[in-house]
Amino acid sequence: MDFQLSDDQRALRAGVRELLAGRFGRDRMRAALDGGTGIDRALWRELGEAGFFALRLPETEGGVGLGLPESVLLFEEAGRSLLPGPLIATHLAAGAVKGAAEGETVVAVLDAGQPVGHLGDADGLLVLGPGEARTPGPGSGPEPGEARAVTGGALRDVVREAARPVRSLDPFTPLWRVTGPVGPGELLSGGARLRDEGALLAAAEQLGSAARTTEMAVQHAGEREQFGSPIGSFQAVKHLCAGMLVRAELARSAVYAAAVTADRAEIAGAKLLADDAAVRNARDCLQVHGGMGFTWEADVHLHLKRAWLRSGQWLTAAAAEEALAADLC
Amino acid sequence: MDLAYTEAEEEFRARLREWLAAVLPSLPAKPSPDDWPGRRAYDTAWQRMLYDAGYAGLHWPVDAGGQGATPTQHLIFLEETEKAGAPYVGANFVGLLHAGPTIAAEGTAEQRARWLPPVLRGDEIWCQGFSEPDAGSDLASLRTRAVRDGDHYVVSGQKIWTSHAEVADWCELLVRTDPTAPRHRGISWLAMRMDAPGVTVRPLRTLAGSTEFAEMFLDEVRVPVSHRIGAENDGWRVTMVTLSFERGTAFVGEVVACRRTLAALAAEAQANGGWDDPVLRRRLGRLNAEFRALWRLTQWNVSEAQSSGGVPGTGGSVFKLRYSHARQELYEAAAEVLGADAADLDREWALDRLSSLSYTIAAGTSQIQRNIVAERILGLPKGR
Repeated sequence: MDFQLSDDQRALRAGVRELLAGRFGRDRMRAALDGGTGIDRALWRELGEAGFFALRLPETEGGVGLGLPESVLLFEEAGRSLLPGPLIATHLAAGAVKGAAEGETVVAVLDAGQPVGHLGDADGLLVLGPGEARTPGPGSGPEPGEARAVTGGALRDVVREAARPVRSLDPFTPLWRVTGPVGPGELLSGGARLRDEGALLAAAEQLGSAARTTEMAVQHAGEREQFGSPIGSFQAVKHLCAGMLVRAELARSAVYAAAVTADRAEIAGAKLLADDAAVRNARDCLQVHGGMGFTWEADVHLHLKRAWLRSGQWLTAAAAEEALAADLC
Repeated sequence: MDLAYTEAEEEFRARLREWLAAVLPSLPAKPSPDDWPGRRAYDTAWQRMLYDAGYAGLHWPVDAGGQGATPTQHLIFLEETEKAGAPYVGANFVGLLHAGPTIAAEGTAEQRARWLPPVLRGDEIWCQGFSEPDAGSDLASLRTRAVRDGDHYVVSGQKIWTSHAEVADWCELLVRTDPTAPRHRGISWLAMRMDAPGVTVRPLRTLAGSTEFAEMFLDEVRVPVSHRIGAENDGWRVTMVTLSFERGTAFVGEVVACRRTLAALAAEAQANGGWDDPVLRRRLGRLNAEFRALWRLTQWNVSEAQSSGGVPGTGGSVFKLRYSHARQELYEAAAEVLGADAADLDREWALDRLSSLSYTIAAGTSQIQRNIVAERILGLPKGR
């Protein structure tokens, strides 16, 4: 057993971190925040060229031929850098929706009852059936465990007739509420698996965010002086930071293990712990930053808002806990 | 990233399982927790069985009499013995996990030959004389004094929280050999016979009602200078070696046990109707995530130790912090599952709930662990 990153995995992670630092570093991120929140199509294509979306497609289909553990490392980096856009849905749609693998199209996700991010920019919509069995109702949406892809005119109909924009909590993620019917779309294979994989990749983004806010808090605590000392020398602050690292590292073990096993209960545990780490670490990071943490200038709120949003996506805490309880029987 | 075990590791597991199934039925009945001589006999008998089968000191280096097993093999050993319901190290705890590895790493050839084989055979039991009434978490402020008199130290002072003191043959004792030196610099590590004149042991009753440990009074106890491990006044460094062993692997079996307890709790809740309460059910679900992840963190730390040469790193503090609190949460949930029966100490888990309170204190309090994480891993400045 060697539950550590391989040399190739380390190299992959370093490469993606470098790519994102160059193309979506802090200045670009803040500029994007001020300049509107549409999808940066050039960056999207660049991610496509780097294999971000086609990572798990077989090489015979033009993909990179890697697995879930490698995808998790990519999405961890995306979470660190606050990279916006429906990255997970596009990654999952690669091979099934034309242009997704190459970063030519943007695929958003509709999970019943959840607001849809980036619907206005989307070229495709991944529609998830309910996670659990449901009572039959009106509408033509996917059945439990199914996933469908809606594109073209049907998608334009959704945007025009069935959806209305919502003032979004996360300034990087424009949200839409879909209240009307959505066309049946094209049935995708492995629908239940897509939901599990989406939950795992969201957990990976949360992990990246949790690790990043830990670094931000530690850096601030080492520099900011009060009472003649760096605030990081005070136990009250020190213990906040230690708690952040512990949360992030436990989530890391859970997320990486779930990527290796792809086990459903393990993925549920990973999402639960990574949501917890991302949200609570962002809050503690904000606390360590004091008054500055409450300003728009500090990046902390961007991590917290995204973490809050992701907590409600793909797999909620309630659903994860129920799945983990069922696993005990 | 790989969670699959190698063929050799799986073979090791299979052999171990087979052996456990064959020998465990011959182990005598478990003694009551208050029967210290009985516990000693039971634990040393188990150690002897391990020795005879070639499993003693599995993770010790071969030149110290151990098997030189990899950290992964040690993990498998702890996992399988716990699953099979075999005794944990018990009374052999200090000898196998602290004193032995310390003597193996820091002792002379003569000292290794004197002390290591009896630990492996289960012939001699060790206890730990580190903590004092005024030196628990602040270990470096210990005051037990050792004054040189020819080729002996004359030791006087008091130790506390000493597990197995009633039945131990030897004590790994920290003493102050230079009262004028800076706190960390004047300490030495001695091996002291527990039947030496001047050693008085008085059992301490815990809040759980049992006598899990003792206080120890030392009145001019003579310890040969040749029983010092490491250089005089270098005991602090030697102790840090000991503590890294304590925090690295001490809890592997317990995580396995907690996962089993959690499954039993779910079964109990289903039997008594508690499972229908979604709040309780979801609480058990969250604990499932917690202990699954703690097991994965254990595998992560073990893999890291294996790739860095076998010495446990500071990851042990991260693990211990989370685990000690999770264990307390587990037994809080158990109390909820038990309902009114939680007040009955004869019910399963009721006593464990009390015992779990020690976990955030023993082996370095959670507050000390947070300081370690903040200063040694995150690099935050030292302070007060």
